[in-house]
Amino acid sequence: MDHDATADVNAPHSMGTTIIGVTYNGGVVLGADSRTSTGMYVANRASDKITQLTDNVYICRSGSAADSQIVSDYVRYFLHQHTIQLGQPATVKVAANLVRLLSYSNKNMLQTGIIVGGWDKYEGGKIYGIPLGGTILEQPFAIGGSGSSYLYGFFDQVWKDNMTKDEAEQLVVKAVSLAIARDGASGGVVRTVIINEEGVTRNFYPGDKLPLWHDELEAHDSLLDILNASNPEPMST
Amino acid sequence: MSNPLILYLCLRMVSGVMVMDSLLSPEGDSQRTQYPYVTGTSVIGIKYKDGILMAADMGGSYGSTIRYKSVERLKQVGKHSLLGASGEISDFQEILKYLDELILHDNMWDDGNSLGPKEVHNYLTRVMYNRRNKFDPLWNSLVIGGVKNGQKYLGSVSMIGVHFEDDHVATGFGNHLARPILREEWKEDLSFEEGVKLLEKCMRNLLYRDRSAVNKLQIAKITEEGLTISQPYSLKTFWNFAAFQNPTVGAEGSW
Repeated sequence: MDHDATADVNAPHSMGTTIIGVTYNGGVVLGADSRTSTGMYVANRASDKITQLTDNVYICRSGSAADSQIVSDYVRYFLHQHTIQLGQPATVKVAANLVRLLSYSNKNMLQTGIIVGGWDKYEGGKIYGIPLGGTILEQPFAIGGSGSSYLYGFFDQVWKDNMTKDEAEQLVVKAVSLAIARDGASGGVVRTVIINEEGVTRNFYPGDKLPLWHDELEAHDSLLDILNASNPEPMST
Repeated sequence: MSNPLILYLCLRMVSGVMVMDSLLSPEGDSQRTQYPYVTGTSVIGIKYKDGILMAADMGGSYGSTIRYKSVERLKQVGKHSLLGASGEISDFQEILKYLDELILHDNMWDDGNSLGPKEVHNYLTRVMYNRRNKFDPLWNSLVIGGVKNGQKYLGSVSMIGVHFEDDHVATGFGNHLARPILREEWKEDLSFEEGVKLLEKCMRNLLYRDRSAVNKLQIAKITEEGLTISQPYSLKTFWNFAAFQNPTVGAEGSW
């Protein structure tokens, strides 16, 4: 009945995760949850899965925490050199292809799904999905991580091209929040990063500020507050 | 060095990228074969009067999930050839890079000659077979077709290097569902319209019966003059049969 109690703390750090990247009219919005688990234990409840590669390109990481971190470190290093040699900001396409190169060449050893998003002056806002195996696909929006299973139907229904920045961000927050509601491997806060011509904006939506879905209840400090607020004998049958 | 295992922990440059080679990783011994992640399903190709017609849907499956619905699986190769792929999409993307290099070097000769479908088919066969021999296959089944100097050519290569040349070829489920139709209804010198109708008949059948098929497809045509890949489109499906209305009347609980 009792499995090894140390199994959880020694299990590899995996970001169960929900990650999303959407394009809108003028840029992209990247979003993610903040839960990193080792087995059943939540090792970090406030992780930042949206990682910067350059001033104008960010990635969402899912799968093995170690694998996604090392890939992002290498790509940041290569992009830095590329930017120096090129003399101008790297394009999103180049960043995405560098991620693909690493993911594809090491497909037998890596277990990480990545969404690359950013803005450059040639193509504007772009999103590239790079799932397990190293396929690269440019998409109007991309979803990834274990929580994304619960979002395919949602996006099929709700997606439209050419949203405004606010519409796009609301959509991302709503989607991550829906996934958190059903995916045990996703949780915590919702982080978003908006990238456009003007620059980059990071936003933070704490878990207690997210909308409530089916069968979820409003949060309270204590039962005592509920008891005091309503009639004198609320606990009678 | 006390531990010979450490000797194996070496940093190798592989295509400009650092790779940790270790006996400790699951694929650390000399055997290697992978599993596919994002896959495309059947491709069908037929010869017709003016050249080759090829059809493939635009689905990219991730196991049983239909994850991507706009994957282009028919691509031009040089002036004379059309390549369709099923199987792992990342390996197909890599094959396109190899072919890009092949065609580039061919053009650099600047000798007026250019690689045709037969040559590309042979090149791909060698690539696939040699990878198979290293237990590291490119997980694809390919259909290659084209016309050069009036000669129509249509062939296929599998992930282990098995290759065929025929009047009609298919990959995956297409072999089981489409080819029997083609064996009955294909004939020499089909018109473009007849060819498209025949391919659509096969694709509709695959849509009914292949779980990984999606209803968004492209048909490509290649002739001596050149290559066209159609815009994505969907096929009508037919469900209005009497036998479909109440199939379990008289045998409740059956399917």
